Amino acid sequence: MPKLQELQDLTVQVRRDILRMVHKVNSGHPGGSLGCTEFFVALYNEIMELKDGFNMDGNGEDLFFLSNGHISPVFYSVLARKGYFTIDELNTFRLIDSRLQGHPTTHEGLPGVRIASGSLGQGMSVALGAAQAKKLNKDSKLVYTLHGDGELQEGQNWEAIMYAAGKKVDNIIATIDYNGQQIDGATEDVLPMGDLKMKFEAFGWDVMDILEGNDLEAILKGMKEAKDRTGKGKPVCVLLHTIMGHGVDFMMYTHAWHGKAPNDEQLATALAQNPETLGDY
Amino acid sequence: MKKYIDQGKNDTRSGFGAGLAELGRTNPNVVALCADLVGSLKMEKFIEENPERFFQIGIAEANMMGIAAGLTIGGKIPFTGTFANFSTGRVYDQIRQSIAYSDKNVKICASHAGVTLGEDGATHQILEDLGLMKMLPGMTVINTCDYNQTKAATIAIAEYHGPVYLRFGRPKVANFTPVDQKFEIGKAVMLNEGTDVTIVATGHLVWEALIAAENLEKQGISAEVINIHTIKPLDGDAVLKSVKKTGCIVTAEEHNYLGGLGESISGFLATTRPTPQEFVATKDTFGESGTPEQLMDKYGLNNKAIENAVLSVLKRK
Repeated sequence: MPKLQELQDLTVQVRRDILRMVHKVNSGHPGGSLGCTEFFVALYNEIMELKDGFNMDGNGEDLFFLSNGHISPVFYSVLARKGYFTIDELNTFRLIDSRLQGHPTTHEGLPGVRIASGSLGQGMSVALGAAQAKKLNKDSKLVYTLHGDGELQEGQNWEAIMYAAGKKVDNIIATIDYNGQQIDGATEDVLPMGDLKMKFEAFGWDVMDILEGNDLEAILKGMKEAKDRTGKGKPVCVLLHTIMGHGVDFMMYTHAWHGKAPNDEQLATALAQNPETLGDY
Repeated sequence: MKKYIDQGKNDTRSGFGAGLAELGRTNPNVVALCADLVGSLKMEKFIEENPERFFQIGIAEANMMGIAAGLTIGGKIPFTGTFANFSTGRVYDQIRQSIAYSDKNVKICASHAGVTLGEDGATHQILEDLGLMKMLPGMTVINTCDYNQTKAATIAIAEYHGPVYLRFGRPKVANFTPVDQKFEIGKAVMLNEGTDVTIVATGHLVWEALIAAENLEKQGISAEVINIHTIKPLDGDAVLKSVKKTGCIVTAEEHNYLGGLGESISGFLATTRPTPQEFVATKDTFGESGTPEQLMDKYGLNNKAIENAVLSVLKRK
């Protein structure tokens, strides 16, 4: 088990990766990526049970599906630093002939990615299919997903949410990045979604909060609890309360950095707040 | 000309149901999904024999396409079943991103295509689905002509790795494909050799093309009839070989002329051997309520329409 300090060092390094990746190509989505950094680091290095190497079928290991594909920078950095591909490849993010497309895809054969995402609202359905394949295969491992909160405005999610509970798909843990922000502003201003916890519960899910979604210890504790709640006839939803842009003071508490890259000066400031730990790519 | 015997009218969707049932017995990885149209898709036998491998999704086609994509990740071969309208237009982006772009081994099986759906009317009679599906990179697109061919195609696509759109329909039509004829994806079927004109037909129009060829023979016109069941990838060699001999072509399909088989063939011939062509297809219109026969007549999709198209194209040789 990695020590907490190691995970914290990795978190800071992943933040640096995210910032440098989007800066280099002057595009991409740093806000949500930074807000979910602790979650990804914890998930891939402590929570999920993974096999060595990458096999598309994912039999006998936990699976993860990123539904809000625009936060690809954090996904790519964590995959690379977990060893799915070399960290040098992070240099190719969003460049021509790269496997690291703007939004994740299987099309270029990037290890660690099992579905294309980016057009929002599709990930939960895919994850449910994978979860049901696991049941057919008598594979007791779990399926994890991540969705943006704004993404829940897409109707397909609610088809999937209804199905998961109705069909008792209880080997899935769907996490909602509950940061209250989307491209055009606060979710409350763009389209208020009401009480998400009550909505999921009304659909028949077992719902829990991780209130400190940018605190590694809180995430580790919360996700372990979520894991304990699987296999009991209900799908499990985690409302992960995060701060978009976390770890870079001028990117926090705003939607402004949802899909905007820092300039040279802003990058220097942001990196200074996240000093190198494990070595830049 | 070569005689084809109708072995007894039957619906292509029942061919799908029979093929799926056989797959249930022979391929343990095949799973089936349906969005509340089990009876219409004739999936009962598969469900009865393999209840654990059937997923009733409810009226939620977008979710069905995503779940199908996810099932492939565990090594399953999912067959989705609903009407053609809800298998394509309603879920285009789900198919595009989660299935086609993600290269998932999903078989999208679509019944009640075209105007022969009949009385339900234009909301359900999609005439644009072949175009939508053939434009997706990597998608194989098949439109079968009778019960036996649909059954054989259903079984054949399980052996092929990659996304497939399989289109069939509701009405009972002549069943003339030999029961033991192997279905080869992407390979045209020569039905009648002729010298004056090439008729290429797909789906329900194939039997109509055979009737048209018989009528034309009585007028001294020798029509070559080719069944192209796979719209994509197109068997260009078969088309080219035929038009080199006949010098003109009529394409026939239960689909809009925009985006259909005829368009694929004209595009192919424009770059290989420009050839006079007439299109038997709907002319950029929606359908309406009526019996299948009335609709095929009104929208110019029967043997008479094919015959007239042949007479027109012959004048342009």
